[in-house]
Amino acid sequence: MEFKVPTMAELMAMGEEPEILFWVGCAGSYDERAQKITRDICKILHHVGIKYAVLGTEESCTGDPAKRAGNEFLFQMQAMTNIEVLNGYNIKKIVTGCPHCFNTIKNEYPGLGGNYDVIHHSQLIQDLINEGKLKAEGGESFKGKKITFHDPCYLGRANDVYEAPRKALEVLDAQLVEMKRCKNNGLCCGAGGAQMFKEPEKGKKDVNIERIEEALELQPQVIASGCPFCMTMLSDGVKLKDKEQEVKVLDIAEITVRANGL
Amino acid sequence: MASQIIFILLTLCGVGLFTYNLRKVIRNIKIGKAENRNDQPAKRLTTMLKVAFGQTKMAARPIPFLLHLVVYLGFVIINLEVLEIMIDGIFGTHRIFNGLGGLYNFLIGSFEFLAIGVWLACAIFLVRRNIIKLKRFSGVEMKSWPKSDANYILITEILLMSAFLIMNAADAKLQALGASHYVSAGAFPVSSLLQGILPNDISTLVTIERACWWFHIVGIFAFLNYLPYSKHFHIMFAFPNTYFSNLNPKGKFTNMASVTNEVKAMLDPSFVPEETAPGKFGAKDVNDLTWVNLMNAYTCTECGRCTSVCPANITGKLLSPRKIMMDTRDRMEEVGKNIDKHGADHNDGKSLLDDYITREEIWACTSCNACVEACPINIDPLAIIVDLRRYAVMEESVAPASINGMLGNVENNGAPWKYSPADRLNWAEQD
Repeated sequence: MEFKVPTMAELMAMGEEPEILFWVGCAGSYDERAQKITRDICKILHHVGIKYAVLGTEESCTGDPAKRAGNEFLFQMQAMTNIEVLNGYNIKKIVTGCPHCFNTIKNEYPGLGGNYDVIHHSQLIQDLINEGKLKAEGGESFKGKKITFHDPCYLGRANDVYEAPRKALEVLDAQLVEMKRCKNNGLCCGAGGAQMFKEPEKGKKDVNIERIEEALELQPQVIASGCPFCMTMLSDGVKLKDKEQEVKVLDIAEITVRANGL
Repeated sequence: MASQIIFILLTLCGVGLFTYNLRKVIRNIKIGKAENRNDQPAKRLTTMLKVAFGQTKMAARPIPFLLHLVVYLGFVIINLEVLEIMIDGIFGTHRIFNGLGGLYNFLIGSFEFLAIGVWLACAIFLVRRNIIKLKRFSGVEMKSWPKSDANYILITEILLMSAFLIMNAADAKLQALGASHYVSAGAFPVSSLLQGILPNDISTLVTIERACWWFHIVGIFAFLNYLPYSKHFHIMFAFPNTYFSNLNPKGKFTNMASVTNEVKAMLDPSFVPEETAPGKFGAKDVNDLTWVNLMNAYTCTECGRCTSVCPANITGKLLSPRKIMMDTRDRMEEVGKNIDKHGADHNDGKSLLDDYITREEIWACTSCNACVEACPINIDPLAIIVDLRRYAVMEESVAPASINGMLGNVENNGAPWKYSPADRLNWAEQD
């Protein structure tokens, strides 16, 4: 990367506080595909000059997959440990790169003593566009391209965020097309509720295939999403359907970075 | 006079038996654990008015929405007529409200339009279920009783509406013939079309009119007492169920207070937890669920909107959110019967998990909330699934091997995959 990503520990050593903490999440930290999205979110933050930091090695799993899998103990252990770190750094505002982290920190941490203003990176992008700090110029043109957005369950239905990611696409002057099952009726990619980490139960087909078939029916050039798990499931689906040449699966952050040539 | 006494006795029996059964249902719901759903009364009231009275969530499917709306309006409005039937029945009067004059004619006329509307809507519903065989109404859980239940309800409603219209037709004819007791009252825009098939003889007409009148009111009492055994209970429970529904964002799962105490004690040895009653973590049986989960089960009318949008079910997995609700109700009824027969502490050796709902079902859930969103009366199957998972994982340590692997990784590495925490920032070093 052309710039250094600041950590909380470094900022604190300099006696500084960031405007916003970027919560990267496990997928964003370790998954190769999601790491690219993580770097792109940093590029956006860097580009607009927001003072931000990451926790780096002090970050740990929010406990989301443990909670959805029924292990409340492990979830609360993770949550309380994370809250101790976040409160120790006096964190007020958090942007996450993952709807699952977003949901957990926003909704489930307050009851355990962690109260923060939490947004998903699509909401950050929406705010930056609204403030005029981010446009879609100077980079790759998406003009006229057919794009469909897949709503991540933990961003959409779970938290009613439907407009923010679409705002990031609207500025592209592209052709936005909706799948039949979109917004509050969106179909899951198949990874939620800890499914990401296990084989699916016996059935007729995999959920991501059902979803990718619906997306491909629209013959889009880009399938957009805002979740690293959806990214894995949708990319796998496109690969299995042998459509990698025609269709790109991209995160809202990646699209924003490309459109602005960051 | 005899008929008035019979009527009063019938009413007392009908209402009495229903009250007796309703109390049992409420007792069954109270088997569930406590949960505070009395906060934000204004928001709760608005939710109930919008979702239950206003049927806002039904609009997502326009055809059943319109058909259901006709039946709903018919049910609510035609029941104004029941008030008149009650007064006439007790005091031996006939069409006591005819003093309202033009308004009365307007009301009776409207009832007739609604009645034929309900008749037609129910007929279309029967066709959708039995001839077109819509996929939503099939599924493993929709065999035998649930299938007949739906048909019984629709046929009963058709019979009740038929009786209502034939009664009016006979009444109008008696009025025209100047029969004593049959005061001239009401307007009969629909039933007048039926007059042709009725005989012209006064005594036969009186028999027909009385038979229909009695059938209508007996039918209503019978229907009332059928509710506790039927999916049709939603006509009552939709209201409290939406009032007490979850107002939080759907992604927010409850933080178990019992766990918080233990975790705090682990992280901070000086922490002294409040005294709480020992209990198990999660749910194995209905008494481990909350009263809200159990009320949800009585409220479910088995429409299958949840199952039709469930990603697991769509792709052929065993999980069906509707079955989760139906199993919960069936098990609750069974536990209730055990209490009646053997007392409150009886253990029949069965449980909701395994005897009704299998592990394969609960592990197929993606927790996507599509079922919760789809339910027109805010039932939450996901809350039950999560509580069953909690029992399996925390009490039994039984989960799919890969889930156990993931949990181990979170515990040891702070990530669901086997990566070193020290490598967590490596992404920043690459391009």
